[in-house]
Amino acid sequence: MAHGPKPGFTRWLYTTNHKDIGSMYLWFSFAMFLLGGCMALVIRAELFQPGLQIVQPEFFNQMTTMHGLIMVFGAVMPAFVGLANWMIPMMIGAPDMALPRMNNWSFWILPFAFAMLASTLFMEGGAPNFGWTFYAPLSTEYAPPSVTFFIFSIHIMGASSIMGAINIVATILNMRAPGMTLMKMPLFVWTWLITAYLLIAVMPVLAGVVTMMLMDIHFGTSFFSAAGGGDPVLFQHVFWFFGHPEVYIMILPAFGIVSAIIPTFARKPLFGYSSMVYATASIAFLSFIVWAHHMFTVGMPIAGELFFMYATMLIAVPTGVKVFNWVTTMFRGSMTFETPMLFAIAFVILFTIGGFSGLMLAIAPADFQYHDTYFVVAHFHYVLVPGAIFSITAGVYYWLPKWTGHMYNETMGKVHFWLAFIGLNVTFFPMHFVGLAGMPRRIPDYALQFADFNQIASVGAFLFGAAQLVFLFNVVRTVRGGGKATDEVWENPQGLEWTVPSPAPYHTFSTPPAVR
Amino acid sequence: MAWSANSKTTARLLTLAVGMLGFALFVMPPLYDAFCEVTGLNGKTGGRYEAVPAAVDRQRLVKVQFVASNNESMPWEFKPGVVEMRVHPGEAIDTVFHARNPTGQDMVGQAIPSLAPSKAAAYFHKTECFCFNQQTLNGGESAELALRFIVDPDLPPSINTITLSYTLFDVTERVAHQTDNKNTDSEREG
Amino acid sequence: MWNISGVNVGQTPVFRNSQRLLQGFAILLVTALRPKRTSICCVAGPLQCDRRKAARENNKYGDLQAMLMGLKRLFAFLFLSILTPMTFAQQAASEAVGDAVGEAERWGVNMTQGVTEVSRTTYDLHMLIFWICVVIGILVFGVMFYSMWRHRKSKGYQASQFHESTLVELAWTIVPTLILIGMAVPATKTLYDIYDTKEADLDIMITGYQWKWKYDYLGSDVSFFSNLSTPQAQIHNELPKSENYLLEVDEPLVVPVNKKVRFLITANDVIHAWWVPDLAVKKDAIPGFVNEAWTRIEEPGIYRGQCAELCGKDHGFMPVVVKAVPEDEYHSWLNERAAAAARIKELTNKTFTFDELYARGEKVYNSTCVACHQANGQGVPGAFPAIAGSKVATGPMDGHLSMVVNGSSKNPAMQAFGAQLSEVDIAAVITYQRSAFGNNMGDTVQPIDILNFKNK
Repeated sequence: MAHGPKPGFTRWLYTTNHKDIGSMYLWFSFAMFLLGGCMALVIRAELFQPGLQIVQPEFFNQMTTMHGLIMVFGAVMPAFVGLANWMIPMMIGAPDMALPRMNNWSFWILPFAFAMLASTLFMEGGAPNFGWTFYAPLSTEYAPPSVTFFIFSIHIMGASSIMGAINIVATILNMRAPGMTLMKMPLFVWTWLITAYLLIAVMPVLAGVVTMMLMDIHFGTSFFSAAGGGDPVLFQHVFWFFGHPEVYIMILPAFGIVSAIIPTFARKPLFGYSSMVYATASIAFLSFIVWAHHMFTVGMPIAGELFFMYATMLIAVPTGVKVFNWVTTMFRGSMTFETPMLFAIAFVILFTIGGFSGLMLAIAPADFQYHDTYFVVAHFHYVLVPGAIFSITAGVYYWLPKWTGHMYNETMGKVHFWLAFIGLNVTFFPMHFVGLAGMPRRIPDYALQFADFNQIASVGAFLFGAAQLVFLFNVVRTVRGGGKATDEVWENPQGLEWTVPSPAPYHTFSTPPAVR
Repeated sequence: MAWSANSKTTARLLTLAVGMLGFALFVMPPLYDAFCEVTGLNGKTGGRYEAVPAAVDRQRLVKVQFVASNNESMPWEFKPGVVEMRVHPGEAIDTVFHARNPTGQDMVGQAIPSLAPSKAAAYFHKTECFCFNQQTLNGGESAELALRFIVDPDLPPSINTITLSYTLFDVTERVAHQTDNKNTDSEREG
Repeated sequence: MWNISGVNVGQTPVFRNSQRLLQGFAILLVTALRPKRTSICCVAGPLQCDRRKAARENNKYGDLQAMLMGLKRLFAFLFLSILTPMTFAQQAASEAVGDAVGEAERWGVNMTQGVTEVSRTTYDLHMLIFWICVVIGILVFGVMFYSMWRHRKSKGYQASQFHESTLVELAWTIVPTLILIGMAVPATKTLYDIYDTKEADLDIMITGYQWKWKYDYLGSDVSFFSNLSTPQAQIHNELPKSENYLLEVDEPLVVPVNKKVRFLITANDVIHAWWVPDLAVKKDAIPGFVNEAWTRIEEPGIYRGQCAELCGKDHGFMPVVVKAVPEDEYHSWLNERAAAAARIKELTNKTFTFDELYARGEKVYNSTCVACHQANGQGVPGAFPAIAGSKVATGPMDGHLSMVVNGSSKNPAMQAFGAQLSEVDIAAVITYQRSAFGNNMGDTVQPIDILNFKNK
């Protein structure tokens, strides 16, 4: 049965191998990360000083919109799917994903979706300029003509995500090695299982909301137009019914990665495995009933405000449980601080800070002051950059020796970490200050009292961007050569993926392993 | 074995996905509308109210304000006949809005009501309102648009000002579009 | 279905957008490199510079010395490449900001306490939650840093293998829940205060437009637009920026102090949000629907805010300015405004000279039209048509009148200004547009013509 990969480009085009597809997802997401990052740098460059210097407001709005869309749908989500493709079969002792042909499809439609999205930048009227949340009627009656391409690219991304998620659920439910019961699965598998259900539940809602936009724009319906009996606020409800679970789609797999890394480098089992599973499940459940906390200023009845405020505050409980568990796992361990561990620790600290600002934002009356300011920008970048990006980076460093058979350069890894860590904090921490001092988000120019912190943030952004080049260099170098990695790579790590040779053969677990 | 388990799982998950799409497209909008009407979200008032004779609360006076505004590029003149009045809850009140189409073209307008505070929406009943229909005004024509309403005697005591706002939208093209569609439809049927 | 019609790939925008990007990077490169070159020597100090010169001249230092020199330079470069942008940032900030903003306002790090009871309660609530978070943070991170310090392999610490404890896990579920309840109580109270619907002393209707605010004082004839008054030249860095850069308007909202002012908030086109931090009022303005908010300002003063919902191109350029004055001053202001409105109405019957109209029109253009059509009348290709040489501005007068009074039926961005501007201002701005930007039509239109056009 066992045979190697086909030679040449067709290997990648026709592949149904979970490792090939995983690699393609990861490279694709890194390319998107750099593209979205460049857009962020354009934004930060314009905000370096008050006044308009580099771009005009309409192009600035296109940059903020495209940055958000590309980072969410192009960088973070495909990266997690890539890690899932690589690791889930190896973690549960399966030979491949359950639906390998669909797997090929769900990857290969993505480049087309993003090519279509990126092409809008060169169209008459410019790219989407209505923010990644694309509130109607700015995104319908007042949108540039390219909005139709935006809608179709969202449809394709949605289809890709749904197919990917179905594949992951089918793999986890049906392909586990004998003896691998649900409660024996690594947390990464657990968090992905729950994430996949979230994806299947909410990506169709996103598809639905853009379909309604399409109908409003081209077919004369009025879902979101008051003139025809619709309501622009309906858009926000439907969007955030998708949008809030989406936030957890981007963070739950990160919890899984960190829960794999911390025990390895603390040389101590994960504290509270089952409470981790329950906490993940309750976060997923709560994510469906908190959506309107993004809309506190929209003018809801007080009962609505109170319900969404209380429900949102409740999320702090399971999230807190997770943080306490990670800290307790470290407590009385025997720790070493290799690059993956550094990223994982930074994740715990910075994600917790993002959680604190999230708790502050949940308080409806205070949110009237925070809403749509840089405080919100600081908050979600603190949960997403150290949350999603750092955990993905940690995961890549952690599993890279298994994938390539080579050890990455530890010094360069540490340099990458410190540059990224400092860059991130210099960029995003001052945003808390300007936000509280009253700077609204999504503005290309600002009042003079915000100048100092904005300048610092811009400097940090370029530092953070430069750090990613170190990462790229390190990964490319490791792929091409370097010290030989042992099969275990780390000191007695837990999990089936460490029982196969390094690099992992093209086909693993063709015969199911024995699970104790 | 594995294949059939996989296809079962896939079928189940696909059903879920399609179901959620249907939920977003066909359930959420009407559900939201129903929710709005119950809670007065966005100050949406209900449709035509069938008047039930109720006792007029002579002890209490509620301030009712009328506001008229035009949505973008709606050139009609549109203003309330009376800006403010004090009414007894339970009383049926008649008032008018003035509209005039100063352009040379025939146009169709649609007024969208909204009530502040939204909590009052459930207690503000319109028995007759020009907002139930589209208004057609020929070029240069003006009209008096009638409104008859009752403030519910159960209005919570914490509310003593109600503002009724109408936003006038230009729906000329929208109506033309729909008629076109109907025409082509009927042509196809014919 | 694909709506290719409006989309033309491969036309000028390709060039324009990529040019913009390139320009951006070029400027960045220049700003990053410039200070570095000059400051390496300064930081290395005159001594090193002299020595380096000496080395070159006498050539009595060996290769080792030269290598060390090179290393030193490399380190200096690396160090500076991190440091200079930072110091440069501050320098540039001081230059850009100048003396316009006092030191006290700069480096602001916290929410304002504001000038109303609600804003103070909100501030207290914000600080309460903040300090609770700080305490929890210190505890959690304290434990974490302690074990990172003590429990490391390099110190020979042996890992213990415990991995669950029902008691501890229960405790850290229940205790946070109790803390949350403690937070929810004051939050709920504040929320009820904000949702107060008791009768107000004054009702003001606020309407968001792309990109300005309109204020209607209900029950009086006073109604006006409030436009950004910062000149375009300041935004484009041609003039030094003034103290309230981007936070100043031509006509502020004037309200009396110590009176309950109720705001009815709506929008004309897209969603906006009306926000003044000092009043702790932020409410979305939604086209077709009315939202309600209120305030009671306790101190006279000028309070500034901005639009807080992305509403298109000039979202960052539609500030809110509220001027709170003592009650009698408010009343005399209101009377003055009503009288001014009456005067404008009278002017409608006056016949103006070309120069009068042109001068007034230039002012109107710069507050109302300039955001889209730009100061040079060239517009923004693809989004906002040019006025210079346009068919409307150089064509028949009636077409121009109709465009300004009734708006464009094709482009929703071109609003119907018939109800937004007075007859005098419309006549002035049309006269201006027909002769400015090299249009050279030289004709005039009088306010009474506008009135007749509207009533036709």
